[in-house]
Amino acid sequence: MFQLYLPIAEVSVNAFLLLGIGGIVGFLSGMFGVGGGFLITPFLLFIGISPGVAVATGANQVVASSISGVLAQLKRKAVDFRMGAVLLVGGLFGSWVGVQVFSWMSDLGQVDLFVQLSYVLFLGLIGAMMFAESARALLRARRHGGAAPIRRAHVHTWVHGLPFKMKFRASGLYISVLPPLGVGALVGFLAGIMGVGGGFILVPAMIYVLGMPTKVVIGTSLFQIIFVTGFTTVVHAVNSHTVDMMLALLLIIGGVIGAQFGTLVGTRLKAEQLRILLAVLVLAVAIKIALDLLLHPTELYSLTPLVLP
Amino acid sequence: MTGLPARAARAFALAALFGLVALVTGAGAGPSAAQGEQIVSGLSQSRVAITANFDGSEILIYGAVKREAPAPEGGPLEVIITVEGPSTPLVIRRKERVAGIWVNTAAITVDAAPSFYAVATTGPIDDILSDTDDLRYRITLPHAIRAIGSSAEAAGAEGFVEALERIRTNADVYRLLQGQVQLVEETLFRTDVILPANLIEGDYKVRMFITREGRVIDQMERVIGVRKTGLERTLYVMAHEQPFLYGLLSLVMAAVAGWAASAGFRLIRR
Repeated sequence: MFQLYLPIAEVSVNAFLLLGIGGIVGFLSGMFGVGGGFLITPFLLFIGISPGVAVATGANQVVASSISGVLAQLKRKAVDFRMGAVLLVGGLFGSWVGVQVFSWMSDLGQVDLFVQLSYVLFLGLIGAMMFAESARALLRARRHGGAAPIRRAHVHTWVHGLPFKMKFRASGLYISVLPPLGVGALVGFLAGIMGVGGGFILVPAMIYVLGMPTKVVIGTSLFQIIFVTGFTTVVHAVNSHTVDMMLALLLIIGGVIGAQFGTLVGTRLKAEQLRILLAVLVLAVAIKIALDLLLHPTELYSLTPLVLP
Repeated sequence: MTGLPARAARAFALAALFGLVALVTGAGAGPSAAQGEQIVSGLSQSRVAITANFDGSEILIYGAVKREAPAPEGGPLEVIITVEGPSTPLVIRRKERVAGIWVNTAAITVDAAPSFYAVATTGPIDDILSDTDDLRYRITLPHAIRAIGSSAEAAGAEGFVEALERIRTNADVYRLLQGQVQLVEETLFRTDVILPANLIEGDYKVRMFITREGRVIDQMERVIGVRKTGLERTLYVMAHEQPFLYGLLSLVMAAVAGWAASAGFRLIRR
């Protein structure tokens, strides 16, 4: 019952399954400020949707859950628009470069491997770093009898010695625009290669490289992701006609509701707890993809339909 | 499957009537057969509409054998029915372990492989169809795929095509339904072919063969048009003909949904 035939994906799937997937990803998205692209694509592939449609439609879904999340964060004044705009400028440039590299790898015929290795490398590295840092912070907090350690608003690093300084009031920062531009470009580049919004890279980079407070990071990250994934959606729709609106609608309905609950839960958790949970999630995805590369596959052959001219 | 006997009886009656009419008027189709036996056939439907809640479709294929003279001596009459979905080109890749990880190392391109292929017969295919006629009419799966032509870029293309058959058979889109055609008095035959839910749009070719002692006596071809309708059709056409507008519309939908959820929750929590 409630089977739905998807017009672009050309498969029939259960409507509630799609609502559920959207809900889970939206929940995590609202909680951690990540777009969830790195989760939704594997989910969709698992239920038999082709990679092209999964990536493009996933991007469309991320737009909706990010908008829902940003609006929720906006009420708490936890979005740094100026920082978001600077990140976005770098991000669009980086993603353009990333898409070029992606198509070059496609021509070489090893794009699957390239994407998988990028996932394992970046997710593994960032997951491990976040996990170690937030575990230390949690232990420290426990030793101090649950009280948060006394810290400055942010840590001064080499980043703060660069020229072209700008005031980011919402983040309480007065730093050079070069690091945010660079972070944005790197994230955009990886997003172009890996076909994701890049929130899981952006969030830790904002915390550890730019020294932004965790509370502001989530809303600002989501704000930037709206535009990157919106851009991606239109590019996919025009180039490969792989955005399935019906699939997106169901994922979105589940996603926007999930995102609201996620935001609710996120505000009740401590920053360290949020970070360690995100670290575990990122590591789990990295390990799953690494296992796919290492374990003997049950079927050595794979079929890739070519697009009809 | 509870209503099957009743439905079968009805279908036989229909087929019989059809056959009689054909006999009387002599309106048979197909090439004139050497032994004077010809197929007269019908389909329960010649169109399948893919709607939003499409969940597969069952097609009844029935027919009768028309004779000018009494049935000839020799082996029994057998029926083979194939249903073939639109063909698409595809790449078959093979993985190998390189430096500890599994990597695609070899690939071949198949110019066209059917997206759906079912063969239904009255008996074991090896007994009722000779290899020569199988090759000639491209009836069984290996011939149906190979006939269309795979460019053998890699050595051992056989393994790749076998993998294609194996993967699609496991996915239930390639089917061999031996003994699934019912034949009565060497005259009336019928079978049901279930089209799966993940159908691709296009023309589905139905071929019917009658054989004696492995040789094909007559064949007939029909087409079932599978088309998206309603919303499915609108979205598909728009995605291909107005891609930029479609992309923007997808974004607008996402934005409205995101805002609505946020506004809705604000109301609930107030």
